[in-house]
Amino acid sequence: MKREKKPVINRALPGNESLLRQLWNDPMGRAGMIGVGLVILLAVFAPWIARFEVGKMNSKARFAAPNATFWFGTDNFGRDIFSRIVYGARVSIIVGVVAVSIAAGFGYLFGLIAGFFEGKAESVIMMVMDIIFAFPHILLALFIVAVLGKSIVNTMIAIGIVNIPVFTRTVRASVKTVKSTDYIANARSIGLKKMAILFRHVTPNILAPFTVQATLALSGAILTEASMSFLGLGIQPPDPSWGSMLSDARKYMEQAPWMAIFPAVFIIVTILSFNILGDALRDVLDPKLKL
Amino acid sequence: MNNLLEIRNLRITTLRGKSKVLLLDKVDLDIPHKCSFGIVGESGCGKSITANAIMNMLPYPLSISDGDIRYDSRNGEVELLKLDKKAIRAIRGQEISMIFQEPMTSLDPIFTVEMQMYEALAFHHPAMTRQEMRDRALEMLHRVNIPRPEQTLASYPHQLSGGQLQRIMIAIALINDPRLLLADEPTTALDVTIQAQILRLMNDLKEQNDTSIVMITHDLGVIAETCEEVAVFYAGQIVEQANVMELFHHTAHPYTLGLLQAVTSLGGESRMLYTIPGIVPPGGQWSQGCRFADRCARCTERCREAMPALTEISPGHKCRCFLNSEEVEA
Repeated sequence: MKREKKPVINRALPGNESLLRQLWNDPMGRAGMIGVGLVILLAVFAPWIARFEVGKMNSKARFAAPNATFWFGTDNFGRDIFSRIVYGARVSIIVGVVAVSIAAGFGYLFGLIAGFFEGKAESVIMMVMDIIFAFPHILLALFIVAVLGKSIVNTMIAIGIVNIPVFTRTVRASVKTVKSTDYIANARSIGLKKMAILFRHVTPNILAPFTVQATLALSGAILTEASMSFLGLGIQPPDPSWGSMLSDARKYMEQAPWMAIFPAVFIIVTILSFNILGDALRDVLDPKLKL
Repeated sequence: MNNLLEIRNLRITTLRGKSKVLLLDKVDLDIPHKCSFGIVGESGCGKSITANAIMNMLPYPLSISDGDIRYDSRNGEVELLKLDKKAIRAIRGQEISMIFQEPMTSLDPIFTVEMQMYEALAFHHPAMTRQEMRDRALEMLHRVNIPRPEQTLASYPHQLSGGQLQRIMIAIALINDPRLLLADEPTTALDVTIQAQILRLMNDLKEQNDTSIVMITHDLGVIAETCEEVAVFYAGQIVEQANVMELFHHTAHPYTLGLLQAVTSLGGESRMLYTIPGIVPPGGQWSQGCRFADRCARCTERCREAMPALTEISPGHKCRCFLNSEEVEA
């Protein structure tokens, strides 16, 4: 009795367990999960993993090459690079998660309004989104921080705002697809309220593309934070950030290349893991893209 | 009120750019109690939007520009188009319900059949307990001849076949005992053997309950099998309306004749399949004369200049054609 044709965008999420298992069975998905898992572990257990206090300077051990004590070497103030990277993971993850939450929350709201109610609201929302979208991410984020002032909270807000349009667009497009399906017409024909339809039928059915977008946006947000910190308008000292560590390392590239190599490696691995995970998630959730 | 539903002078328009385009033009319909009423016509004639207008759920940018729809509800006569949102929601599903063309996509793919049947119940009967809802759902599945109802309740839509899903759709539509069922091409997506079963089921259920059915279809075979009264739609108008026997035996309008000739039949000598030349003129491109004139073999000069009126040519048989009556549309 099984039907061969699968529903287009809204394949059931048959419980989180089997979704995770499906991801794990996919080689790319597994690689992404391991990478992301490691970074999250670093972030959560930073105080136990780090070998030294983050800001602790040691004038006798400046520019120490990687050794048994300082696994990743030390920087120009004699601070342990490994410890700073571990705490930097925490900053990256927090900034990423908070910024993406802001973006996803507002994006969902705007996308839902634009896609479901259409008309004037949609034109206005999409016009504002197009304007935000027209600016390069980093430029706009830097501008917002310049206006609001330099702080970790403002960095998160800035990255969040910059990412709202892509969520709005994703949500709006999915809502429009779902909205025109027969089961929404059917839900209306049995007398359900608009709000009930929105939350009980539309939202669960757009979850798949939304989740994929959130995962991919996380890597983008982390990269934006690193770039802003590199430019000096992101995370401010003494808080450690991979981006600002990289920035500090520029002056000592020949003298102490490990200052640059390790933060760079961590940025690359983190972004790559999130991207791979996002792609794998999309493949699992949308069978149509599997070739 | 003698009829269950009375539609008067209904006009539906859509927006094309900034201008309004007429899609349904001055339609009058009376649906009697306990009647199966057929609406037939080609795609784009305004059949489905009429049904959607009755439920007051026309999709944007379509809107009702004129007319009224009166409905004889259990709590007295109501004007469907003048109801507020809350009142129309109470009508939907409880008084009037609807089934759609594609059973495969008419159920939400992420919920079980059970959840979706409960949803229809819970909204209109908030006090119902889960056990009562389960009993009612099982009863309905029995009535639509679903084998293994308990197992079906726990299934997801993709685990069921098209015929089963359409039975479930009918069960959901009838779960609150509506008095009017709008069936928008309910068998088009099903294969022929299943079609007959579904049509018979709908007929049986109509007899058991005090329900009228509006059967929207492009298939005259379906009409012949299920309906008592038929209205033929063409380009947003009713062109002929009669009792089903009268319509088939004393066909008056050339368009209805064309539809009848286009029905394929088994047996008899094989011949070229008859087609009506041309297409239905879309809204906004209607001529001032008869809208069927360009495709009509018996078209005259007069047909292009004036619009014939829908007049009664014999008791209960209305037709819009100068061949039968000289009357001109006001």
